[in-house]
Amino acid sequence: MHSNKSAPDAAPPARTGFRAWLNHRTGLDDLLRITLDEPIPGGARFAYIFGSGLLFIFISQVITGIFLALYYVPSADHAHTTVAYITKAVTAGSFLRSLHAYGASAMVVVLFLHLSQTYIYGSYKGRRELLWLSGCMLFGLVLAMAFTGYLLPWDQRAYFATAVGTNAVSEVPWIGESIKRMMRGGTEMGTLTVSRFFVAHVFFVPALIFALLASHIFLFRKVGAAGPVNEDPYHPKQKAEPFYPRQVLMDLSLTALLIAGLGLLCFFVPMKLGPPANPADAQYIPRPEWYYLPIFQWLKYWHGSAAIVGVLVIPTIIVMAILALPFLDHSVERRPWRRPIAMVAYAFVVLALLGLGLRSQYLDRHDPSVAQQLAKQKNEEDEYARKPFEPELSAASLAAANVTLADPLAAKGKTIFEANSCNACHGDGGVGTAAAPALIGVSAKLSPDQVAELFKHPTAKMTAGGMPPIDLPPDDFKALIAYVESLK
Amino acid sequence: MAESADRPGDADALPSLEDRRSFLGALLGLGSVFVGGLLSVPLIRFALFPLLRRTTEVKSSPVGELNEFSSLAEPVLKTIQIEQVDGWRKTISEKAVYVTKDSQGRLRVLSSICPHLGCTVPWNKEKNEFICPCHGATFAPDGSRVSGPSRRGMDTLETSVQDGQLQVRFQYFRQLVSDKEVIG
Repeated sequence: MHSNKSAPDAAPPARTGFRAWLNHRTGLDDLLRITLDEPIPGGARFAYIFGSGLLFIFISQVITGIFLALYYVPSADHAHTTVAYITKAVTAGSFLRSLHAYGASAMVVVLFLHLSQTYIYGSYKGRRELLWLSGCMLFGLVLAMAFTGYLLPWDQRAYFATAVGTNAVSEVPWIGESIKRMMRGGTEMGTLTVSRFFVAHVFFVPALIFALLASHIFLFRKVGAAGPVNEDPYHPKQKAEPFYPRQVLMDLSLTALLIAGLGLLCFFVPMKLGPPANPADAQYIPRPEWYYLPIFQWLKYWHGSAAIVGVLVIPTIIVMAILALPFLDHSVERRPWRRPIAMVAYAFVVLALLGLGLRSQYLDRHDPSVAQQLAKQKNEEDEYARKPFEPELSAASLAAANVTLADPLAAKGKTIFEANSCNACHGDGGVGTAAAPALIGVSAKLSPDQVAELFKHPTAKMTAGGMPPIDLPPDDFKALIAYVESLK
Repeated sequence: MAESADRPGDADALPSLEDRRSFLGALLGLGSVFVGGLLSVPLIRFALFPLLRRTTEVKSSPVGELNEFSSLAEPVLKTIQIEQVDGWRKTISEKAVYVTKDSQGRLRVLSSICPHLGCTVPWNKEKNEFICPCHGATFAPDGSRVSGPSRRGMDTLETSVQDGQLQVRFQYFRQLVSDKEVIG
């Protein structure tokens, strides 16, 4: 604040006024100092910027997600319409939705960089087992967020990718089928699937992420930053530099890059929404989002009795090996060039993922029928994206529309229904009002003869409610009954 | 940490570390506020969409060709389709309206809903009057109140002409009051 030439290392000058009062009540200054003075052995480096980049994207996802929920409705019959409304009608809707959708991809990219940095720098060593475990679980949860969020727009792409994704789960022996049904809320994909994915995406998984994120940051601060590769992971010896200001500035440079990159991308290449899911479309070729392509391609190689190896055994071994890493690797050596096995394993996994992803792309491009169908799907998406927003016809309108389709006798009955003010109490199209019950569905309970009888001689309860006996010429009477019977 | 401040000679010429840190802090604070403000623009526009545009509306509905009503001798009943937009959904319903003429002979469209208790009012040709079947309110051919329990005449609806078509905007009005009051 003020020049403090004599004692730069002494406590900062005491604050006065509001700031002092606030600090006295909250301890904000201490908290800020603890946050900003985090010691980084060996000094600030660009290699350490990915963690806070992830935190930034996560916060952005939370905020954009909350705003999207202002208009989104999680049900199979409204999900697509509401996302179309967000994309095509609401101001800045397409931008925000794109930010949320591309944010998921950005999250996966930065997460991969964060994990790679931790692995290559050997930063998981030195009493950092729980830090590593919580990070691994967060990785899994981010992938779960991407998987559950992908379905929510309920367009063709979302529907079929999720159908394939949930089908893959059923390959797990014994319990696979049950897990699939659990995820889908039934044997088929439907409105219960949307509800389940929505609850997972919006309540369940985010709650876990918040909890694990807090533990991850807490554990990180408890054990301390690991520093450069030549630093002792247990007892750091190099001169430490506080987090603020240089590391903060480096971290902010990534944040600025993310804001600029995502902002430009969302503005110029907004995320497309395809036509609504049509489960009956037998031609549709599902393709997952790019970060799931390696797994997608991998699963293609395993069929029949061997499937268990590819779907369960090998992935389990890989995941267990990753989780167990800090428990198995006790050496204090962190320099990558002195850890050839670890580096070869890393290169192998990365190249395998890259290879599988590229292979999947290559196969799609070089199979003419697949390439043609994928191009067609893309065209359909572009075409749908160009159409203006069309509001969904509500169920109440359908009752009215049905009537116009009904036979001439019922149509005549409708005019009689209205001319005699039956709709005053029974509502337009017999939907019912506070004054009298709905007539829709009466035909399921009463035969035309029974209806005629009630029209001529209302029960005591009906009379008490204000229903008069109906006295009409026989033709009109028949038409009225035909109309009431037609109300479904 | 504070190399420059340790040398008394430089201390006056150069700003102290504390000064530089707080200047940077202020700059970062301002920058964050600016970027945060910039980022919240789309969020605010998104949330305030209902203030910027109409999200609920009743579209005006065609009643019929103008020349169809040129030689109108008595009120005619017309069924109109009204489209109510409510955010991302719309409801299409049918309503009965009367096309009639006011005292100056101009076209007027009446809601068929009785302003008393909401029954549909039929036109009685023999008596040349609207007579509500529920409680006997009667109205003149132009919709003005004649007798009975209704406190006002039948409700006129907002009309317009588009390409020779008579258009009407359907609305509901509060019942049992003497002044016309829109309820949606």
